[in-house]
Amino acid sequence: MNELQQAVEQSPFAASELASDVDLLFYAMLTVCGFVALGVTVAMLDFCIRYRSGKQVDRTLRLRNLRLPEYIWIGVPLLIFLGFFVWGATLFMRYQQLPPEDALRIHGVGKQWMWKFYHPGGQREINELHIPVDRPVVVVLSSEDVIHSFFVPAFRVKQDAVPGRYTRTAFTASEPGTYRLFCAEFCGLKHSKMRGQVEVMSAQHYAEWLDTREQSPTLAAAGEALFRTKGCSGCHAVDSAVHAPDLRGIYGRIVHLRDGRSLRADVAYLRDSILLPEKDVVAGYQPIMPSFADQLTEEELLKILAFLQDFDERDAP
Amino acid sequence: MSNATSAGDYRATKSYLHHEPHSIRAWLLTTDHKRIAWLFIASITFFFVIGGLAATLIRLELITPVGDLLTAEGYNRTFSLHGIVMVWFFLVPAIPATLGNFLLPIMIGARDLAFPRLNLLSWYVYILGALFTVFAVVAGGVDTGWTFYTPLSSMFANGNVVAAIIGVFVVGFSSILTGINFIATVHTMRAPGLTWFRLPLFVWAIYATALIMVLATPVLAITLLMVALERLFQIGIFNPALGGDPLLFQHLFWFYSHPAVYIMILPGMGVVSEIITCFARKRIFGYRFMAYSLLAIAFIGFLVWGHHMFVSGQTTYASLAFGLLSFLVAIPSAVKVFNWTATLYKGRIHFDGAMLYALGFVALFTIGGLTGLFLASVALDVQVHDTYFVVAHFHYIMVGGMVMAYLGGLHFWWPKISGRLFSEFWAKVSAITIFVGFNLTFFPQFIMGYLGMPRRYHTYTPEFTSYHVISSLGALLLAAGYLLPLLNLGWSMFWGKRSGSNPWHATGLEWQAHSPPPPLNFESVPEVTEPPYNYDARDPFDGSRPQ
Ligand code: HEC
Ligand SMILES: [Cu+2]
Ligand SMILES: [Cu+2]
Repeated sequence: MNELQQAVEQSPFAASELASDVDLLFYAMLTVCGFVALGVTVAMLDFCIRYRSGKQVDRTLRLRNLRLPEYIWIGVPLLIFLGFFVWGATLFMRYQQLPPEDALRIHGVGKQWMWKFYHPGGQREINELHIPVDRPVVVVLSSEDVIHSFFVPAFRVKQDAVPGRYTRTAFTASEPGTYRLFCAEFCGLKHSKMRGQVEVMSAQHYAEWLDTREQSPTLAAAGEALFRTKGCSGCHAVDSAVHAPDLRGIYGRIVHLRDGRSLRADVAYLRDSILLPEKDVVAGYQPIMPSFADQLTEEELLKILAFLQDFDERDAP
Repeated sequence: MSNATSAGDYRATKSYLHHEPHSIRAWLLTTDHKRIAWLFIASITFFFVIGGLAATLIRLELITPVGDLLTAEGYNRTFSLHGIVMVWFFLVPAIPATLGNFLLPIMIGARDLAFPRLNLLSWYVYILGALFTVFAVVAGGVDTGWTFYTPLSSMFANGNVVAAIIGVFVVGFSSILTGINFIATVHTMRAPGLTWFRLPLFVWAIYATALIMVLATPVLAITLLMVALERLFQIGIFNPALGGDPLLFQHLFWFYSHPAVYIMILPGMGVVSEIITCFARKRIFGYRFMAYSLLAIAFIGFLVWGHHMFVSGQTTYASLAFGLLSFLVAIPSAVKVFNWTATLYKGRIHFDGAMLYALGFVALFTIGGLTGLFLASVALDVQVHDTYFVVAHFHYIMVGGMVMAYLGGLHFWWPKISGRLFSEFWAKVSAITIFVGFNLTFFPQFIMGYLGMPRRYHTYTPEFTSYHVISSLGALLLAAGYLLPLLNLGWSMFWGKRSGSNPWHATGLEWQAHSPPPPLNFESVPEVTEPPYNYDARDPFDGSRPQ
């Protein structure tokens, strides 16, 4: 048995803050459903034996109201189901909660057939993800081709990475160790090879690990460079001759569009503005911005987006 | 009920199997619903064998964690073939087109379906589409799975995706035609006195199924057509690179494919209701609730498709709404299970082969249904979605449930279809073998699913090996179990004892017709004067068979 396998097998099966809550619900449902299944089986066997043909036994039905049992076995399951639904729903809402400000934001990009991860400091890794223990982590997912799905069983999280949009999943690892990472959505030839592992380490080890990685500019800094080299600043710089919106502080701002709609500039909006500029044209401007769909890789795009997200009034490009 | 079997020349009429002409040409151009049922029985058996061989390859490959039997591409094509063939060419038509075709007219006292020629057309559409697809898949390969998710299927997959899609599209029309035919028949051709609430539950089930077929299948057809258009002409519908939306495909696909699950299981529920009442010698418990629950399942089944998309990026509130509705759709299924169980209470139970199949169905369907609740519960589905837990769940419903019911029904009505009895002993052995083999194959998959084993994996990580080995061993037993009915029924077709028209002393119009029935089923139109399953009023039936 190799080292990795050993490390995986020595790590606990429930390793995130949500995991034990999910398990609790799972075992509760297992118990109730187990009892129902057992009850039905025992009743069936009992009737089959007691009322088998040829056996002398009183077979007169004494039930007066034949509807009553029906109402009981509609009503009781209904109540139990509603209870489980509410339980599962509250838990799910916790999955969906907005992560706190200080959460570690990691970008994950699915690609046939590998996972690429980008840490905020610019460190990259493939099919491996290093994260600190006990700190909320948000993985923002996108895909370069088909749908993939980010699945870490020990954290009880799964989220599809869908081309053309950003999805995200959040978790807080609670136990250091090595955990499996799978692609759960069938994505073509080497789907089953699209797996890796998540290393959960102490905050200190994580910091050390970051330092050992090849020094590279932060995502935002790399994005700023791209903003210049790809020609965005040629139009968008404040002193540019072209009439284009000033992008400082754009993230989270309310934008008014030419067709009268207004919306908040979130990541999806920014992404669409770059790839499909004719979709949402800003009021007061001509639709002259070209589409960059063929000129930016998913990776460059997320760098530019990282830059735009903390591009505020102070910085001048 | 009036009894029409005594007249002399009625007896002299040859049965539908033997009357002239019985050349191959006559069989292929027949409009007799009973012969068309046979065309379907032969065809779905053929496709079941193909799908089964693919399943065998899959289970053999998965005995070890590494890929040693098939290449990655071979494996992906094999499971795609398995899914496409089993879902569309076996499960969907299985009971409606065979037992439904054969029995529906006889059960309501009619001479044929409302549109006999349409019925034959339905078979041709089916067989041509299905053969074309299988040819395309075997010759060029399709590796998208039966779900054809975009943009994988529309832009990235190699192989004959368009051909396969066109084949499935064509076969869909067979479903629609059959559905229309059944609906028209039930509405217009019931014998005098056969009111809606005197209909056997099998007829109710087929009716509910037909409704789903007619309402849902067109959506599948449109969706598949859009995939083909995107693939051929680069029209942006689902691919974001062309400005499309990949999730739109999933919405449309599951809008058909979830109800399709009920196309596959409702007829099975109908079959089992007939068998259990007969061998418990008792009226079905809660007849009206049983009928209404079929309709309720068909209706609510249209509103739960989003439970396949909890982790797709669908909004939280959509997921919660679909989750709630998915819990609700389980209620009518629960009602059915409890009513079947209650039917046994104070019955006079006979353990014939068909009955063992039906009891097996109830047990497996219960497990399949209960594990469905885990999938409806959004937070748990996050963990088990796209893992072997889901694989196990739907095999419990579709193989444990539906195939058990189909085989049970085939045994139950075999004397009607063939006029012969089969070996009860081997029928029981096969029912038990299949039950044990099935559980051995699929129960371990629940466990490894919760532990995180993703589905559609050609190779896997070593911690799942032991579960896969058990599963593969179970599959061997299961395969052996499936061979037994083929041999047993095949043998009885030629050498079985004559059964007489009603060997189980069952109620229902079909048992008044001769076995096998003559071409027009009844000598004179029967009249119905009593409620269904009036077993209490009948002789207790000690279990002796005609000699
Ligand atoms: C040819 C000039 C030009 C270039 C080059 C250009 N843009 Fe633009 N951009 C515009 C104009 C004009 C608009 C406003 C009209 C519209 O919305 O299409 C705009 C709008 C935007 C918006 C929406 C702004 C808002 O206020 O909502 C964003 C974000 C953006 N551009 C980002 C970029 C990025 C990133 C690049 C480089 C990859 C880039 N642009 C390159 C001209 C340009
Ligand atoms: Cu994948
Ligand atoms: Cu479904």
